[in-house]
Parts: sequence; structure tokens; C-alpha cells
Amino acid sequence: MAIQAKELTKDYQFGFSDVDVSVFRTAKGLSPEVVASISQHKNEPEWMLKFRLKALDHFRKRPMPTWGADLSGLDFENIYYYVKPVEEMSRSWDDVPDSIKNTFDRLGIPQAERQFLAGVSAQYDSEVVYHSIREDLEKQGVLFSDCDTGLREHEELFRKYFGTVIPPNDNKFAALNSAVWSGGSFVYVPKGVKVDIPLQAYFRINSDNMGQFERTLIIADEGSSVHYIEGCTAPNYSSDSLHSAVVELVAHKGAKIRYTTIQNWSDNVYNLVTKRAIANENATVEWIDGNLGSKVTMKYPSVYLMGEGAHAEVMSAAFAGNGQHQDAGSKAIHVAPNTTSNIVSRSISKGSGRTSYRGHIKVLPKAHNVKVSVRCDALLLDEESRSDTYPYMDIDNPDVTIGHEASVSKVGEDQIFYLTSRGIPEQDATALIVNGFFEPFVKELPMEYAVELNRLLALSMEGAIG
Amino acid sequence: MSKAVLSISGLHASVEGKEILKGVDLQVAQGEIHALMGPNGSGKSTLAYTLMGHPKYMVTGGSVSFDGHDLLPLTADARARLGLFLCFQYPTAIPGVSTVNFLRAALRAQEKEMPAREFLNRLSTEMKELKIDESFRSRYINDGFSGGEKKRMEILQLAMLRPKLAILDETDSGLDVDALRTVADGVMRLCGPDMGVLVITHYPRILEHLHPDRVHVLHDGRVVTSGGADLARQIEREGYEPILGTAAAATA
Ligand SMILES: Nc1ncnc2c1ncn2[C@@H]1O[C@H](COP(=O)(O)OP(=O)(O)OP(=O)(O)O)[C@@H](O)[C@H]1O
Ligand SMILES: [Mg+2]
Repeated sequence: MAIQAKELTKDYQFGFSDVDVSVFRTAKGLSPEVVASISQHKNEPEWMLKFRLKALDHFRKRPMPTWGADLSGLDFENIYYYVKPVEEMSRSWDDVPDSIKNTFDRLGIPQAERQFLAGVSAQYDSEVVYHSIREDLEKQGVLFSDCDTGLREHEELFRKYFGTVIPPNDNKFAALNSAVWSGGSFVYVPKGVKVDIPLQAYFRINSDNMGQFERTLIIADEGSSVHYIEGCTAPNYSSDSLHSAVVELVAHKGAKIRYTTIQNWSDNVYNLVTKRAIANENATVEWIDGNLGSKVTMKYPSVYLMGEGAHAEVMSAAFAGNGQHQDAGSKAIHVAPNTTSNIVSRSISKGSGRTSYRGHIKVLPKAHNVKVSVRCDALLLDEESRSDTYPYMDIDNPDVTIGHEASVSKVGEDQIFYLTSRGIPEQDATALIVNGFFEPFVKELPMEYAVELNRLLALSMEGAIG
Repeated sequence: MSKAVLSISGLHASVEGKEILKGVDLQVAQGEIHALMGPNGSGKSTLAYTLMGHPKYMVTGGSVSFDGHDLLPLTADARARLGLFLCFQYPTAIPGVSTVNFLRAALRAQEKEMPAREFLNRLSTEMKELKIDESFRSRYINDGFSGGEKKRMEILQLAMLRPKLAILDETDSGLDVDALRTVADGVMRLCGPDMGVLVITHYPRILEHLHPDRVHVLHDGRVVTSGGADLARQIEREGYEPILGTAAAATA
């Protein structure tokens, strides 16, 4: 078995690429013409075209961020910003082209998902090709579609929220996404509706030099609740790919949104994602965010606690192998009184891998009786691996309780000895310790994701040993 | 005397450049119970770690054979798979790894895997025998355990893994009287023709339960004297002084 796993990791496990079935792609690089042709191709209303062009302007004006990971390898002119693989969106599995099905089959996705999950929205390149919504969700009035469809079929609702949580001028990459976005999910849960099965999307990049700019917008109306899951994997290509998503969540009074992500980009992908939520009165927002793979990840899921009694929960896990930099963390902005946030981060660095925790806690003057807890733990597997912590705190109200704990540890010789003294080979012992370190994160995941994450971790571990 | 499962001759070992074992000779026959006593710092735990293969302990001379194999070139996991087991004086916590997952991984590694139901039944039985609460199944191994709970968890592992020879390093220390009885009964239940024990202890109390075949005294990195169960009682009465006095005189 071990040999088999090793065979797989010789190359990135999902690093196969299908025959290119693209039917439409914009020219390489970025220009107002490219942006306009995306909008035109999608038959978008005038306001969206304007929104995109303005965003492009913001993107061009803003300098590259230099405060975080090294982005000097990014070449914006060497990327296709829009690729559309199939002419029509498929509603049923039968309509999905075979070559695409093969890809899904090799990923082991549809079997698991068809049985277990409610709506399946899978993104193949820029366009959703497979999408189904379980009937009772529809009956409950839950909207679950790709974002383009959301705009087309529910324009008023869509426009009311789109770009309000993360405006296009928020940061350079949010601006880029706003200019060229395509696909992603649109979810609306009506008042009082509790969606009891996780909604999920599977994203996948399949074109060389293809940037993927999906856009997700989730609105949970008063007293509703929803769990959205997104898992990602990308095939391996020799030239660098860019993934830059924007995710906006709005939790109305008393609503609850949990957003679970597991990403495993291949190690040439720049993964630069802006995720932000608004939590109104007594609402709860939970980000569960797991990052493996990629060349560089910069991602700081944040929650704006706008209403009294709102609660934020951010739990993240990151694994950085050789040559990878996971720059992750989270932000909690306490605007209203009696709000609470709980942030837990776990990261592992192996070989020349590097993890950074970057956190920002802000408590505004009017927000009294705020409770914040931040805990970040890093595990280093080798002498050369590295981890840093950058916690920022702006506290403008004295009536606040803040707990902050951070630790960096190495896999202990005594732990390894203890496990090996029971007959467990050293490599497996290390894997057990690593899995154990991620356990607080893993136990938040639905079963099949927990299994998948443990498997991916084992592969990542072995890959660097062999 | 029946065949020796463990045979140590002239074993020298050092840790952090300091020689601790200075020529240990010791034999344990198949299925026998031996006690190893000796003052603090005499090298008892060092011997246990060296036998189990802790990378920090450097063997600088001598030989050890275990069940017919040359033990010293092997890694700790290979030694365990041959049937050697160490109950740690200070067991290590592994956060995030549940007792159940840990035991399954160990059994799998030792090719003693069994069907899930059988495993859980056996685990249940052994936990009851050792008066370990069911909740410990899903607790992380040794994480936040009390001293006594850790010791019982070591014996639980022993019971599940069924080695050929178990070294108990002060498993009796820090146990209350009832726990001591439970643990001693547990060990007695397990040992027999298939499993021998080398018990490291400072107290004769556990030996009253275990009835050792032999008692050895380690001093300054050497076994200086051996005897029957009486030797332990004598040490309890008179301390090490008389024994070490004569031993020192004998080696002089
Ligand atoms: N890792 C280590 N680093 C430095 N010195 C060590 C180490 N391990 C053991 N020693 C030293 O080796 C000597 C023997 O220690 P050991 O733990 O084997 O004694 P012991 O006989 O088990 O004592 P006790 O009865 O107190 O448990 C001591 O002087 C101890 O300080
Ligand atoms: Mg000791």
C-alpha cells in the first residue's frame, strides 16, 4: 500500500489533464476589451459591465501588495481570464461531456457526492457544467445556482448584495476578480429555512495558464441556516496558474452560515482569495478553512460583527510542503456590542515550506463587552521549515476580554519514540502526529472530507520523503 | 533453566556523551518474571530505553540478543515487532491521536490486526479488567491523563499487544493501593509461558503480587548482585548499603 501511495505522489496526484474541450476563450492578458467580451459573452446587463470595467480600473491603479507572500512570479499578461468549456449548462449528469466525467471519475467525486449531498455544483474551468438541486430545497425556496445564473434569474436580489461585502476597490485581487469573475455559487436561504444537508461545489482548474476567478455570494435570511462546502483540486502544469476568488456572505438576524473549504491546489498555483462575511444581530458565521498545496496562498477569512450578539468562528488549517508558502489567518471586526469571536489556526511546515499566521482583531469604540479568543499553533517538521505569526490588534473599547495564545513546536523525538516503541514505523508515526495536530480541524469536517483530508495529508507527507 | 528470551552481555551505553551503562549482564528466560532494582540514577531507565532502541542512547559495547535475534542493529519499531514492549516511566502524550486509533495503528504495524468488532470487544474487556473508563477510548493518548491513568494505559497497551517480553519501568510508582493491585493483577493475568516480564521498581509491594523468579540490583551501570525474591525484602529492610558495600568490596 505504501508503495502505491508513493507511486501516486511521484507527480502531483491529480496532475492529469484532459483533452481541451474549451469552446471559447478570451485572448491572453487583461484589457477593457477582454473584460467587455466576457460580459458580452455572458449577455450581462449594462450595470455589470460597468461594474467590471470600474473594477479593472481599480486593479490597474493599485500596486501589488508587498506586505505578505512573494508574488513576484505572477505575470498578469500571461493568463487567460475566461475560458468557457461547454456551450450550454448541463442540469443532469447525462449531459456532462465524457471527457469531463472522466476527470470527475478520476477525482472520485461523483460517487461520493451524488449519494450524500444535496445540490452539486461543479465548476469546470470558468463555467459550471454540472448542477443539480434537490427538489425539496427548491420547494423550501432555497436558491442554489452558479453565480451567472443567479445574476440572470434573480437580478434584483443579486444586485442588492453583490459587491456590498467586498467592494471592488477593497484590494488588488478583489478588484481583479470583480473585473473578470465567472462562475462560483449563488445561494439564498429564505427566512427561517434550515438547510439540513451541506450544499457543495467542486471547483477545478483545467486549462494551462487559466486564471480562475469564481465569485460566491451567500445570503442567509433571518433565522435561517446553511452549510456550504467547497473543495478544490487542480491539475499540475508547468507554468503558473492564478486562482483569485471572492466570497461574500451575509448572515441576517439570527441566521447561521458555515462555510467549509478544503483546497489542494497543485504547487504552481497562486491562490489569492478574499473571503468576508457580515454577521448581523445574533447571527453566527463560521469559516472552516483548510489549505494544502498551491505555491502561494494568501487568505484571511474575515467576519464583520455588525449586530449585537453576533458570533464569529474561524478555524483554519494549513500545510506547507517544499517551496510552498501558506500565508493565512483571519480577521474579526467587532462593530457592535456583546459580540464574540473565536479563532483557531493550526499550521504545519515541512521541508522548505513556510506558514504564516496573519490575524487582525479590531474592536470599535461602541463595541463593549466583546470577547475574543485567538489561538494559533504551528508545527515544524524539519530544521529548515519555518513559521511566523503576525497578530494585529486595534482595540478601541476598554470593556473587552481578549485571549491570545500562540505556539510553535517541533515533532518531538519522544513522541516518535513512544509510537515506534509500539511497532509503528517512523514515517507512519510522523503521519499520526501530523494528523493528530490537525484533529481539532478535521473533526469539524463532514466524514468524507475528513477522510479525504487525512489521505491528502498522508500523500503530502510521503511525497516529500521519497 | 529454559531458553533465554533476553540475553544481555557486557552492555555499555552512553547518553549525551556520558557513559551510563558500564557492562550490564542479564538473562531473562522465556516466560520468567525478573525484577530490576537499584538506587536512583543507577541506570535502570537507561537500560530500558537502550533495550527498546531510543535514538538518544548510544551503545558503545556489548551485545543483546532477543528471541534469537541480534537486537542492537534494529530500530525501535522493529524491536517492538519482534515482541519487545516497554511500559514507560513517563509516557508521552500524543495530542489528537485517540486511544482507539493509536492501538489500531500499533496492532496493524505488528500484523496483529483483527476485525473491528473483535477489536472493540477485546478493548472493552481489557479496559474493564483494568478499571479504565470507556471514555478513554476516544481520549487522546496520555493527553491530560493523571499519573495513575497513564500507568494503566500502558498496561492496556500491553494487554492488547501481547509481547514476548515486557519491561515495566516503575509502573507501580504513583499508583494508589487499589490501582496497584489492579495493575499487578493485570500483569499477572498476561504473563505466562508466552510473556515474560522485567519489572523495574523501588518497592517490594508490587513484587509481592508478581512473585519474581529473580531479583537483580543495578548499581553504577552494572548488575552487582542477583538473588531470589528475598533480596527485594532485604533491600526494603536494610537499604542498598550492605549489598553495595559487599559488591563494591567484591569487585575491588
Ligand atoms: N537523556 C539524558 N540526558 C542526560 N543524562 C541522562 C539522560 N538520561 C539519563 N541520564 C543520566 O543517566 C543516569 C541514569 O539515569 P536513569 O534514568 O537511567 O536512572 P534510573 O536508575 O532509572 O533512576 P530512577 O530510579 O530515579 O528512575 C542519571 O545520572 C541521569 O541523569
Ligand atoms: Mg528510572
